[in-house]
Amino acid sequence: MNTFLGLDYNLWWFLVFGAVISGYAILDGFDLGAGSLHLFLRKEESRRIAMNAIGPIWDGNEVWLVIGGGALFAGFPVAYAAIFSAFYVPFMVFLVGLIFRAVSIEFRSKEPWSWWRKAWDIVYCFASIVISLSLGLMLGNVVEGLPLNSDREFAGDLLSFFNPFAIMVSITTLALFMMHGAIFLTMKTENRLFVKLHVLANNFIVFFVVSFVITTLYTLLYIPHLSDFFKSRPGWFTIPLLMILSIANIPRQVKIGKYRFAFISSAITIALLLIMVAIEVFPYLLYSPQHPGNSITVYNAASSTRTMKILLVMALIGTPLVGVYTSFVFWTFKGKVRLDEMSY
Amino acid sequence: MNVEILARVQFAFTIGFHYIYPPLSIGLGLMLVILEGLFLKTGDRIYEMAVRFWIRIFALIFGIGVATGIIMEFEFGTNWATYSKYVGDIFGSALAAEGIFAFALESGFLGILIFGWNRVGRGVHFFSTIMVFVGSLFSAVWIVVANSWQQTPAGYHIVGQGMNARAEITDFWAMVFNPSSVDRLLHVWVGAILAGGFMVLSVNAWYLLHRKHMEIARPTFRIALVVVATFSLLQLFLGDRSAGIVARYQPAKLAAMEGHFDSSARADMYLFGYVNNRTQNTSGVKIPGGLSFLTYGSFKAPVTGLRAFKPADRPSQVNSIFQLYHLMVACGLAMIFLSLLGCWLWWRDALFKHRWLLWVFAFSVLLPQLANQAGWFTAEMGRQPWVVYGLLRTSDALSRVVSANQIIFSLILFTIVYIVLFALFLFLLNRKIQHGPVDYGTKETIEDGSRRDNPILEHEASQS
Ligand code: HDD
Ligand code: HEM
Ligand code: HEM
Repeated sequence: MNTFLGLDYNLWWFLVFGAVISGYAILDGFDLGAGSLHLFLRKEESRRIAMNAIGPIWDGNEVWLVIGGGALFAGFPVAYAAIFSAFYVPFMVFLVGLIFRAVSIEFRSKEPWSWWRKAWDIVYCFASIVISLSLGLMLGNVVEGLPLNSDREFAGDLLSFFNPFAIMVSITTLALFMMHGAIFLTMKTENRLFVKLHVLANNFIVFFVVSFVITTLYTLLYIPHLSDFFKSRPGWFTIPLLMILSIANIPRQVKIGKYRFAFISSAITIALLLIMVAIEVFPYLLYSPQHPGNSITVYNAASSTRTMKILLVMALIGTPLVGVYTSFVFWTFKGKVRLDEMSY
Repeated sequence: MNVEILARVQFAFTIGFHYIYPPLSIGLGLMLVILEGLFLKTGDRIYEMAVRFWIRIFALIFGIGVATGIIMEFEFGTNWATYSKYVGDIFGSALAAEGIFAFALESGFLGILIFGWNRVGRGVHFFSTIMVFVGSLFSAVWIVVANSWQQTPAGYHIVGQGMNARAEITDFWAMVFNPSSVDRLLHVWVGAILAGGFMVLSVNAWYLLHRKHMEIARPTFRIALVVVATFSLLQLFLGDRSAGIVARYQPAKLAAMEGHFDSSARADMYLFGYVNNRTQNTSGVKIPGGLSFLTYGSFKAPVTGLRAFKPADRPSQVNSIFQLYHLMVACGLAMIFLSLLGCWLWWRDALFKHRWLLWVFAFSVLLPQLANQAGWFTAEMGRQPWVVYGLLRTSDALSRVVSANQIIFSLILFTIVYIVLFALFLFLLNRKIQHGPVDYGTKETIEDGSRRDNPILEHEASQS
């Protein structure tokens, strides 16, 4: 098999895909979180500030989703086809959520009437929540596996998505994003709004830790195949260990007022969570618990090696570019939010 | 209704709706670059007001473009799973390139374009404007390349059999530069620039009619007029080239575009007409042998007709294809006529004298929109019954696990959502246009500016 630096191309592309998805979860995670807690902020001024904190960057964050979709389609077309046709209904709901969220940010500021703004605030907040929940639901189902037939196509039904594990993952995702978003907003705000967000951040940390612990316990008890990997290779236990440390670090940093470090910690937590997921599922992209032989793996779902090579070249050229101008944009809008005439 | 029809309707509906916005983003992007460039060069505040006004409109359009575009990316997987597996190797690369090279560029700099006026230097802002424009041009590149590959596949081979057959890249650049890519891309780009140019033209015509913001409307109108005159002429040339490519690579589509059935006869070119799908008879006002002339340089040369193809291998909705194609061409000719008329009157110093003409200009924004939609429908319907021309049939490309009910569910969902969205879009666009450009002043502080244009404060002031 063709390899590059000792790893085969399929594994490389799996890593790239995972990196993109983690990037997406970290970046869009904080603006989805900020959206999900929007209604906790009560004053018009506060809501405006919170929205403008993500205003110039949320669209760039969402592009990581687009790149992720492209990366899956290009590298693992069979998985792309199976996953999105299987999740047809939840995915449509997710997409409609994205539409409403995008336009509510855009539309809200366009009219001065308070009913107009309140209505869009509600749409914005609910859309953010729906997006986070449906992302989590789909992630949960992918981790757990879906029934697949011998053509590697989905053989279950809509109701099967709503199982306890997936629902727990879904709630945990929401909690994680809300925590991440609240911490982000503390970095961008001042005065009373800042104090309020500090309190909210603490509450969401509790919310996240509780749902995370419940989900983990459930996984250990009822879905043993997920933890098999760690049992057989104890060395890899460092990863869950690191994750626990990084979660524990979040409240500590919030407490001493080092919000930037808290934010970095929650970003690392998200990355480690997804790395755990990746380790647990690999080499499967979509596992079929009833008929493991029908599962979709990094090898049987892949594009040709030539395409993988082309894709890696593109990633090598593209990623530094994206990194440079994303940092530039973040740098331009660093610091506390100032409202001016171009603001939302 | 069967799954195939439903999936097609859904795809056509969602992409048609998406395609209202990208051309505007691209075209307005060019207008922003021109206006801001003029502002930097001349320092004339008129241009500053114009650019900042159009940036606001741009933001609105771009937002909806993004929201509806994300749907498209995933619809291949949701509705066309078999297709996705078949072309993933090829199509996926293009889509991934689009994300990483184009969308990231656009949306990255978009933040600075919209929110950065007071935050970064003028040069940096201008640079961001250019990057957003370039990014939007790139985003058209990859999607058009992918679509062109479906029309004229190249640089691939087929591996596997039956349901597991799929296309794999053998030559990346041959795939990218397949026979129709370049011509179609140029045609799409110019169509987009026309959409933006005519939008600027219309809005300014409307201001002139209502005697508002005259000092801004006049120069901006003239700039837009130059743009649309240049590009509408160019489009005639590019359209002809596209037709040449279709004639060579997709003869059945060409025959459908002109309603030509009989291979042994010369082919006519219609100004307008009607195709009876059942009797396979085309009638209307025509240039006898016109299509023969355009294709082979002789009015008598026979051209391959639809009957040369098995009914299962050729498009069935010939009349629709014919009408849509002629609609596009008619709109194109109308744009040329209008913009040249404008230039001529300008030269005679009578550009703004005729109110009726300004009214025509005010509605001219619809022409490029109609042409763009009609063009895509021609290209896509003319390709039927193939998704990948000659290789994969549309009926084989579906997601087999998705039921008709699921598609109906999503279709109803999207119809409602898009109707609401479109109504809100028109409402807000109208309000923005009514509100018009604002003079922010050059030296005032941000604080003053923010007070002036804060809708809340304005609202309160107007109430007290
Ligand atoms: C001629 C150009 C063109 C064409 C034919 C299409 N698009 Fe589009 N698309 C754009 C030009 C564009 C754009 C100008 O770049 C947009 C509009 C507003 C924006 O943000 O980018 C965009 C947005 C946009 C987005 C959101 C990007 C973001 O988050 O910034 C996606 C995922 C797609 N499109 C995907 C598609 C797909 C899958 C298409 C075909 C099936 C398609 N577009 C046709
Ligand atoms: C490159 C990616 C594209 C793919 C894979 C694709 C594929 C398809 C498919 C499968 C259909 C349904 C079959 C049909 O009815 O024709 C369709 C229809 C259509 N597509 Fe595309 N298309 C692509 C790009 C585009 C773009 C960029 C546009 C621009 C607006 C477009 C416009 C349309 C239209 C208007 C229809 C409806 C035609 C009809 O109902 O017959 N397509 N396309
Ligand atoms: C003036 C004469 C024109 C001619 C002769 C012409 C010709 C064509 C032809 C032959 C196609 C089909 C290409 C294919 O199937 O691959 C096409 C497609 C298209 N046309 Fe035109 N066109 C003209 C004007 C316009 C104008 C004014 C616009 C927009 C403002 C426009 C927008 C499009 C678009 C968006 C497509 C679909 C993309 C493509 O296939 O390239 N056209 N045109």
